[in-house]
Amino acid sequence: MIQDDKDKHIDEFSGIETTGHEWDGIKELNNPSPRWWVWLFIVTIVWAIGYWYVYPAWPTFSGDGFRGGTQGRINWTQYKQLEESQNEILSRRAENLEQFQKNSIEDVMKHPQLFAFAVAGGKSAFKENCAGCHGSGAAGARGYPNLNDDDWLWGGSIENIYLTIKYGIRTDNPKTRASTMPSFKGMQEEDLKQIAAYVMSLSKGWRYTAEGKTKYEQMCLFCHGQDGVGNPSLGAANISDSIWLHVEDSNPGIVSQIENPKHGVMPAWEGRLDDATIKQLAIYVHSLGGGE
Amino acid sequence: MNKSLAVPEYNDEIVKKFTVASVFWAIIGFCAGLYIALQMAFPGLNFEPYFTFGRLRPLHTSAVIFAFGGNVLFATSYFVVQRTCRTRIWGSRLANFTFWGYQVFIVMAALGYVFGVTQGKEYAEPEWYADLWLTIVWVVYLIVYLMTLTKREEPHIYVANWFFLAFIVTVAVLHLVNGISVPVSLTSFKSYPLWGGVQNAMIQWWYGHNAVGFFLTAGFLGIMYYFVPKRANRPVYSYRLSILHFWSLIFIYIWAGPHHLHYTALPDWAQTLGMTFSIILWMPSWGGMINGLMTLSGAWHKLREDPVLKFMIVSLAFYGMSTFEGPVMAIKEVNALSHYTDWTIGHVHSGALGWVAFISFGAIYHLVPKLWKRKELYSLKLVNAHLWIATIGIVFYISAMWIAGVMQGLMWRSYDSLGYLEYSFVETVMAMHPYYIIRALGGVLFLIGALIMVYNLWKTVATNDDKAQFVS
Repeated sequence: MIQDDKDKHIDEFSGIETTGHEWDGIKELNNPSPRWWVWLFIVTIVWAIGYWYVYPAWPTFSGDGFRGGTQGRINWTQYKQLEESQNEILSRRAENLEQFQKNSIEDVMKHPQLFAFAVAGGKSAFKENCAGCHGSGAAGARGYPNLNDDDWLWGGSIENIYLTIKYGIRTDNPKTRASTMPSFKGMQEEDLKQIAAYVMSLSKGWRYTAEGKTKYEQMCLFCHGQDGVGNPSLGAANISDSIWLHVEDSNPGIVSQIENPKHGVMPAWEGRLDDATIKQLAIYVHSLGGGE
Repeated sequence: MNKSLAVPEYNDEIVKKFTVASVFWAIIGFCAGLYIALQMAFPGLNFEPYFTFGRLRPLHTSAVIFAFGGNVLFATSYFVVQRTCRTRIWGSRLANFTFWGYQVFIVMAALGYVFGVTQGKEYAEPEWYADLWLTIVWVVYLIVYLMTLTKREEPHIYVANWFFLAFIVTVAVLHLVNGISVPVSLTSFKSYPLWGGVQNAMIQWWYGHNAVGFFLTAGFLGIMYYFVPKRANRPVYSYRLSILHFWSLIFIYIWAGPHHLHYTALPDWAQTLGMTFSIILWMPSWGGMINGLMTLSGAWHKLREDPVLKFMIVSLAFYGMSTFEGPVMAIKEVNALSHYTDWTIGHVHSGALGWVAFISFGAIYHLVPKLWKRKELYSLKLVNAHLWIATIGIVFYISAMWIAGVMQGLMWRSYDSLGYLEYSFVETVMAMHPYYIIRALGGVLFLIGALIMVYNLWKTVATNDDKAQFVS
């Protein structure tokens, strides 16, 4: 049918033809789709077809090809991409890693580049593995030792720190260090108080009784030593420095620790972290300020 | 001509109910959103076990998407289908059932979240019993809608109805397939999906992405296609564009889901398809924006006078922005940076707040005076205030999340020259803190805007026309 002007519906405002339909007063202009819209649409389709040619893109019904799909022109896989990016990072590490592994801790400490490498690796490993208990800044919390100060239960030399990290404290690892403070439950309350007063006097210079001192020497001195300086080989705390891991710095706190001693557990990282990382951690922790 | 035919008596009661429900759930959903935004900034606001982020987050997403968005879609689709088909809705009692049935579903789902009952599938958290109930409600919705279309008095089906129908049908299919699961027993809340591992993940994101595509895009484009030309009183810009972008949108959207699973166990070929179809989707998405914006060509001055129309046009601008950002984020190299970061959250909210909520506000502002037979809204000035406060809120929100997200992604991947990670996870969380506060501030503004709307709508309904003193 030949359309004459009567069949055409023109929008008065714009002078453009409408489709002639109307719904609740709404009409539609018969404009074409914008050209740039059509062209951009086509460009994206063409680009996609090109991409399918280069990359894995379509499933293969036979299950052939890598993971059941076309392989694409350049044989790209996400696993290759991952490997490449990992290798780039590992190669940065490799520059120092071999030297670091070969050298003893003592030699590493003398070698500024290897030392910097150890601290960088240790810091990174610390934040991922240790900060959960010891805190981001290694300041610890009640029950979790502060690693910045020079108070060490099991020794603050790099070698001792290394042993603590590797085998843990009171773990299932056969090489763990594990001694515990015995409980003195059942001791007379008066004796407990007098021992606690003596212990407090070691750090504060407060008064104590001769009996308190005698009891200390009979029962505590063997591990905690003369003047309460402790013994790292037994994990016996220095009790003359006002630093307490599990209790308040007070007489009742000390009494409770004599009656019902609390013990922490440090996990063994052997098997979870490789030896180089543990070595780095030991050097890093030692470098925090309190290392012996 | 058709115009001379009598206008039937439309069922506006059902539209009223859904409109009230949508405003009610909007406020609930926005409050929940603000609260979980504050939880991100101040974790002390988590109260175990019921009010933790993990339980309130799906409450927020479901409240805004399905409760607010869903009720808006019911309200507008029932309103539009009657008017553009020039017929009363088919099966008013069934339509009424969809209202109460849908509200029951919402409450059922929300209670489940708070009590820890969840399928653990994003945007599909309700367990099997709620899923089954929703299926019944949805099938009735489809029947009511289809039957109304069949008894239409207009010779042609208006484009808004294509979009509404695509939304209803596709959401039904998505819901059914993603919801297939085996209950532990008929007396147990718990069920497990039929598929496992990567198949389950793929089905989930086929669902998840198309929930965005067909619920939040197609459905709301249906709203746009009626309310923009109606409000502007201008013909739709291009009939041909509407056909092209409708079919291309429908066909292409359904493929884009795998871009949610880049660099995962999903085979490379599936990831490629997801990415390339997301890029192709750019123009089909923009077709709706062009048709909406160009409908105003020659009538831009109306924007100065009508803040309701302004809401709709700003929504189209946000729609255009987020449907461009989406394909960009689907590109693997970009996704490697953006994935799992708050950039994604920013992207979603530029679409959800800017597009979905704004076009809904526009439609609601248009609907309420019509439904309650008032001359105009109580105050257009308040509409304008709502628009500006909410827009500033969105800008706060999305720019904070852009910066935070990119920063987060860069921190995660940052290695030093010796080959070690520079930042631990907790350091990235600490770096996000100020941006989380800015985001929450954006949420406060958005909520204030919505409360202004509630007041304005309340006064509109409560003011008797005879002695009305409209504040212009």
